[in-house]
Amino acid sequence: MDLLQFARGPALTWAFAIFVFGMSWRLLGILLLKRRPDYSEPRHATSWPGAIKLIITRSWPRREFRPRTVFGLSVGYIFHFGLVIVVFGFAPHIMFFRSLTGLDWPNLPNAVIYISGAITIAALIIVLGRRLTNPVMRLLSNFDDYFSWFVTITPVVTGMLAVAHLGARYETLLAVHILSIALLLVWFPFGKLMHSALIFISRGTTGALFERKGASI
Amino acid sequence: MNEPDTLGASLTRTGISRRSFLKFCTAMASLMALPPSAAYAMADALQRTQRQSVIWLSFQECTGCVESLTRSFDPTLEQMIFEMISLDYQHTLQAASGTAAESAREQAMKASYGKYLLIVDGSIPTKDGGVYSTVAGISNYDMLVETAKGAAAIVSVGTCSSYGGIPHANPNPTGAVAVTDIIKDKPVMNVPGCPPIPSVIAGVLAYFVTYGKLPELDHLNRPKVFFADTIHDRCYRRPFYDQGKFAKTFDDEGARNGWCLYELGCKGPTTYNACATIKWNGGVSFPIESGHGCLGCSEPNFWDKGSFYQPLPTPLADNAPVIAAATLGGIAVGTVAAVVSRKHQADIGTKEGK
Repeated sequence: MDLLQFARGPALTWAFAIFVFGMSWRLLGILLLKRRPDYSEPRHATSWPGAIKLIITRSWPRREFRPRTVFGLSVGYIFHFGLVIVVFGFAPHIMFFRSLTGLDWPNLPNAVIYISGAITIAALIIVLGRRLTNPVMRLLSNFDDYFSWFVTITPVVTGMLAVAHLGARYETLLAVHILSIALLLVWFPFGKLMHSALIFISRGTTGALFERKGASI
Repeated sequence: MNEPDTLGASLTRTGISRRSFLKFCTAMASLMALPPSAAYAMADALQRTQRQSVIWLSFQECTGCVESLTRSFDPTLEQMIFEMISLDYQHTLQAASGTAAESAREQAMKASYGKYLLIVDGSIPTKDGGVYSTVAGISNYDMLVETAKGAAAIVSVGTCSSYGGIPHANPNPTGAVAVTDIIKDKPVMNVPGCPPIPSVIAGVLAYFVTYGKLPELDHLNRPKVFFADTIHDRCYRRPFYDQGKFAKTFDDEGARNGWCLYELGCKGPTTYNACATIKWNGGVSFPIESGHGCLGCSEPNFWDKGSFYQPLPTPLADNAPVIAAATLGGIAVGTVAAVVSRKHQADIGTKEGK
């Protein structure tokens, strides 16, 4: 078994298993937690519109904080959108998802993917630089932050190298790329990357609570 | 059969002109990507050299490699046999059979001991004492070991002798192995392919006859001159890959437009061979040009790397059962975690109440 066979075979199988195991464990463990009883009179009959509203409004900076947060937020949005384009727009990735789910959709031109990938890498390097140079952010950061950054940027970098055939043979680059995705999947449920799911749960819960209490969202 | 004879004398006898001979040398030098001056050096060397004695052993194989060589266009097999080499033993092509055939091999070994070139096609079965393939009652293993002792170099022709090939595929019932798994003390060059490109077989033989040594090899003992690039690197459909234009089926619009076959399982990006440049049938075409993806037949274990029609980036295994089991396990553990947490929450509530 060569490295590519290992990556496409046992490595991915184990990574999928750990990913879905961890995701179901953590999500169910949180969703089944006991809610605090709320004895106040509900201001609205339903609270879910508040959940959706808060998820949307909190995704945009409030006017009073905008000057201080606009840079970090912009760079954050850039690499998140870049990741979405690269992950879901590149033809080989769509093949990967199709083989798992049966779903199919049109791919974007490779030029768009390459540009998005390059911008994503640049944005991720900027956010790391900001984290390292800002004393407050550096104080707040721990291993989880840096490792989550590492497992996020590595598949993008290795993917770009594989596409460009740079640094090693294609089969080696593809194997390393798939292994880096396996690492991402393994870390995903247990580190801060879990925010991709929990952000909606936490904001939705807060929004529903605000809606019930009649607070401004 | 194996009389000492210079190639120049042989050419003179057969009435081949110097012009024709130089044309042949230029074609060979060009095929091997050698500098133009190499054609004259090759001509000079070949004029003075004795015809190279070659012993060709066919083991656990399908004769596809020999079939491929007999379709070699440049040089033709006739040129190879009558001008460059003395093919002293090849049990498919030689007229002799039985004891006379084996005698030819023994005579060739004796006459050119330490100088002959040994060509092997087919893998070597090692299980149960190597009984699964024998020639004249001698196991392939024993014949290879015996014949390799007096060889100047060995050329493994085809994927079977290079890496074990199809006989080596899981579950490998005969314990088939490659030449390099058995012979460790001789220079071995692999010319893989199922079959190899005929011109590649002929080209490396021409190189050995000219220079008396094997050409530069890569990490898998393949001649770099033919195996340095992937099919994908040299594929005429590569621009469509770069543009993200892929055929989704073998008869859709993309296929008719000649778009990249990556999504149809083409193994071109991971296959090192010269099919896309030298091509087959005298340079007519190669499989991708005929609308089918590369199978990766010149790579080790190509038979065991999943379906030929499974795209490269997709998982090899059917992961659905594992994912289902892992999900159920996660739900179970998550539920237990939630129960423990709820109990903890209740305990905190009770303490706050007090």
